[in-house]
Amino acid sequence: MTQMPYYASAEQVMRDRSEYARKGISRGRGVAVLTYADGILFIAENPSTTLHKVGEIYDRIGFAAVGRYSEYETLRQAGIRLADVRGYSYNRRDVTGRVLANAYAQTLGAIFTEQMKPYEVEVCVAELGEQPRRDELYRLTFDGSVVDEPDFVVMGAQAEAVSAAIRSGFQARLPLREALALAASALASGAAAAANGKAAGAGTVQALPPQKLEVAVLDRNRTKRTFHRISGAALRDLLGAPDGPEPAPDGPSTPGDVGEDSSGSPA
Amino acid sequence: MAERGAGSSGLPPGYLSAAGSSFVDFLGQEAAHLLPARGLPAASGAGLAPHATTIVAASFPGGVVMGGDRRATMGNLIASRDIDKVFAADEYSVVGIAGTAGIAGELVRLFQVELEHYEKIEGTTLSLDGKANRLAAMIRGNLGAAMQGLAVVPLFAGVDVRPDHDPLTDEEAVQTPAASLPGRIFGYDVTGGLYEERGYHAVGSGSLFAKGSLKKTWNQQMGQDEVVHAIVEALYDAADEDSATGGPDMVRGLMPSVFAVTNTGIERLDDAAVTAVASQVIAQRQELTEGTRS
Repeated sequence: MTQMPYYASAEQVMRDRSEYARKGISRGRGVAVLTYADGILFIAENPSTTLHKVGEIYDRIGFAAVGRYSEYETLRQAGIRLADVRGYSYNRRDVTGRVLANAYAQTLGAIFTEQMKPYEVEVCVAELGEQPRRDELYRLTFDGSVVDEPDFVVMGAQAEAVSAAIRSGFQARLPLREALALAASALASGAAAAANGKAAGAGTVQALPPQKLEVAVLDRNRTKRTFHRISGAALRDLLGAPDGPEPAPDGPSTPGDVGEDSSGSPA
Repeated sequence: MAERGAGSSGLPPGYLSAAGSSFVDFLGQEAAHLLPARGLPAASGAGLAPHATTIVAASFPGGVVMGGDRRATMGNLIASRDIDKVFAADEYSVVGIAGTAGIAGELVRLFQVELEHYEKIEGTTLSLDGKANRLAAMIRGNLGAAMQGLAVVPLFAGVDVRPDHDPLTDEEAVQTPAASLPGRIFGYDVTGGLYEERGYHAVGSGSLFAKGSLKKTWNQQMGQDEVVHAIVEALYDAADEDSATGGPDMVRGLMPSVFAVTNTGIERLDDAAVTAVASQVIAQRQELTEGTRS
């Protein structure tokens, strides 16, 4: 006798996959992308200095992601390839964030519906405009949905809490220092909430130290390649953190990604 | 597999599954038709396309200077008076190409993307030797075209920022750069042979005369300004003897393109600066000529 295949309704399958992906993503540490006066700011809670969550795709296009590192790294590299091939075969100006967002959306959507396991990632593609009103932020989710956000995008753990914290202080065209302070404190409150359980949030929130932050900008004042990482002394200066020796790390440095601790997860 | 599902309008499967950080290799797998000089007819193409000529480079203790004339020729005709043959390869290296102008231009563009692509994928820059080797592989890939008379011969130069220094991330290293970095020069042959040159080197039809000039004017202790002078003078000498090399065009204001690479990055000297040096060279030659006349 041949075995009858188990029946599961399409609705049930999609629901299960969504739940699986959401669970994975919500475990990752937060990332915020927001527009400021001279460009677009990327900030991620990321103790690793080598496994980046934020990266350069092209002259005026940046990438940020949360979730499983190996999966969003695949997407980042594929995006760089797409951008470089387009820029090489047409012109550098013909590489746009919209094209990239569309390609990611199609890819994520196809993987979500056709694979056993969806990608546990959430991605933001940001394109710097010539003027602030031309800045574009696209948020892409694991199922291939794409949303065009006007001011800022928050992804990862406690995204709603962090998002609310940013919204309360956000204004268009903030100076870099203020935008960074706003996003860093919002991420810190999100991290604190994650550490203390959902109920927490009141009380003093400890700021995240600069070495736990990954910060980069797409800077309108630069020409050609506008992506630029801010680290070390420049970051300490911008955050107004004391310029002393770095405190001893409070634990092994691991990137906040779900992929790191679940190597044997079934595919 | 994950890749198979990516529909026609998404990222092509090869983009997701590709390994490695070389743009040239990736193009070879996914879009080989975009590589320069592929699918040439099996006949000689010599004399079909404009030819670009003399490129000169000379090092100094703090970096390296590269210059090229602005002329392209087709047989006995001048195809262009204002072509650029020297380009910034990336932030810390410069490349100049002699030979078939069309293929040379494409190769330079591909080389620039190659270096940037590696930097973005890996998050760090290639070593200077690594860049020179990549260029050698690309020239080797053009050997078929070279044998049909469409050869290109590059000259590559730059400074080697310390291997772990990343201009994108290493803010502190940028603030306290090494006091000075020695410039290095790499010459090539059409088969992709790579030779590191000491002091100075030249390629192209006027290279014999340019090297002869530098042999007398260049020395190790020179600073950047003196080396720029020696380079412009070498190009002047090449133009003097070689009809395919253009001299400084005072009437149209077309000057050789000159780039300097130091530990602070690459810089193209503006026309005013090069004009001043060229005028100086011409004045010195006039003095010499008048000296012999009297």
